[in-house]
Amino acid sequence: MSTYSLSDGLASGAPRTSRAPWLATWIRESGVGVLASVAWIAFGLSCLWWEDVGDWSRTHSLGIAALVIAAVALFGTVASDYLGSAGRALHTRAPWLVALGVFLTLWEVATAKFAWLPLPFFPPPQSIIEVYTDDLPKLLDSVFASVKLQLGGYLIGATIGFLTGVSIGWSRAVGYWVHPVLRFIGPLPATAWLPIAFFTFPSSWSASTFLIALATGFPVTVLTWSGVASVSNAYYDVARTLGAKPSFLVLKVAIPAALPHVFVGLFMGLGSSFAVLVVAEMIGVKAGLGWYLQWAQGWAAYANMYAALIVMSLLCSGAITLLFAIRDRLLVWQKGTVKW
Amino acid sequence: MVAAAALAEAPTHATAGAALDIEQVSHAFDIDGAELPVLSDVSISVEPGEFVALLGPSGCGKSTLLRLVAGLDKPRAGSLREDEVRIIRPHPSRVVVFQDPTLFPWRSVWDNVALGLEAQGILKSQRQRVDDALDLVGLSSFRKAYPYQLSGGMAQRVALARALVNDPRILILDEPLGKLDSLTRITMQAELVSLWQRKGFTTLLVTHDAEEALVLANRVIVFSDRPARVKADIRVDRPYPRHRGDPYLADLRRQILGLLGLDATW
Repeated sequence: MSTYSLSDGLASGAPRTSRAPWLATWIRESGVGVLASVAWIAFGLSCLWWEDVGDWSRTHSLGIAALVIAAVALFGTVASDYLGSAGRALHTRAPWLVALGVFLTLWEVATAKFAWLPLPFFPPPQSIIEVYTDDLPKLLDSVFASVKLQLGGYLIGATIGFLTGVSIGWSRAVGYWVHPVLRFIGPLPATAWLPIAFFTFPSSWSASTFLIALATGFPVTVLTWSGVASVSNAYYDVARTLGAKPSFLVLKVAIPAALPHVFVGLFMGLGSSFAVLVVAEMIGVKAGLGWYLQWAQGWAAYANMYAALIVMSLLCSGAITLLFAIRDRLLVWQKGTVKW
Repeated sequence: MVAAAALAEAPTHATAGAALDIEQVSHAFDIDGAELPVLSDVSISVEPGEFVALLGPSGCGKSTLLRLVAGLDKPRAGSLREDEVRIIRPHPSRVVVFQDPTLFPWRSVWDNVALGLEAQGILKSQRQRVDDALDLVGLSSFRKAYPYQLSGGMAQRVALARALVNDPRILILDEPLGKLDSLTRITMQAELVSLWQRKGFTTLLVTHDAEEALVLANRVIVFSDRPARVKADIRVDRPYPRHRGDPYLADLRRQILGLLGLDATW
């Protein structure tokens, strides 16, 4: 079989490649880019072709914007060779552009045009765009409030957790007293403190800061501690024979050696503090994205909820990206770290 | 003599080797309540600038003796003195190179070598010494590399530079070449001898390789099984560089292996 089909394939394949080799190459190189452009044209046309079933003001602009994106994608694909790194970036992301275009087209058709999905609960893309353009000031205020609260609580929690972890890992006496407390209180979800915190703290803002710090502090403490505790004695021996004092052993041996663990703790703390932030904002704080979500739900403004969710996910993802960037910078000496 | 000649042209911070007196040292470990003796009444007197190899079966307590000399542990009985000063804690005049390079993975090669000077708070004024030490082991072009980028031999050379930058008066080598491949090992043995000849420090080398001991040291001390006692103290009066096939050394090697209970095979 192999001999026969091989010669057969060669015989029939040879003239085809000699007839239009550039076509095959062109399809392989630019096919997906062109497809992306087609998908976005479809999205644009789906906006402009049919009448909306509801009353949305941004349908026309969205359709035009989709066509512009399609044009840019097409131009970028055709002129890829002349665009350098931007061209290559477009090339690697083209499959995602296709998927996004198809998804948006389906979404547009299923909601705004034929209402296959029940309407107030599944708003069309243009209504979310409308939120970003028309409700921008309130949304920005919420973003600002959330970032401020999260940043304050996280920094306090991370700092205290780090210092506590180093102290427990280094000093037996501190470990004796702090470890039982940590075991007792640490595993408690920070949100369980919510009712008490809102009573005992002078303001809901300080109560939320405390809760976020608590949620961050526990994983940071435990992982810093385990990081310091797992530093090989050989490092201390080397440093001591070279004349290191105890302060040098802590600052220049224990802490740098424990940093990979510390970053795992910071990452976990970030995740659990997001959860606390949203809950705190929904229940007590009268600002922030959690509050915005709650408020939008009260008005049955579903588009606003989706809009806020998208912003929230961008912020959380951005925060983790930032943390990983800092880690990659500090831990360049590590091989094979996970790329976020 | 070679050491003295090198010293005359060495920079001012260089110091000659120190004398080391180990007097009736005994040591033991507590393992689950039971006492495990590792050193039994060991007395060794090392002249300044001598290269002494400590040879013995593995696990006999040689490395423990080195930790006592370094000041990392305190002996149960007896005393150790560096130039008549009792050793009670680590001091940068006695630096150890361990079997594993134990470079700090978060520091570049240069920063690893700078460790001792930094710990002593004199790095700012004496950065040149770090560059010199890297030159000495031939790794100047790797100053910015991280330990994971180095081969085993290179890492051990960095560890050597990290020790030498402190201008130790006693260099303590705990099987530093044990894990290297045989070619790298032979090269580094030659480098060690030439460094010792140039710098004139007293050297204490733990090894379980009789040939290595004979090629490097001018005195070989053979230990018994645990608890380690001094079984023989052999002078090796041969000029450097020594040849591995030297019949005189081969004869000594046979004697030493006999002391270690391996005469039947040789």
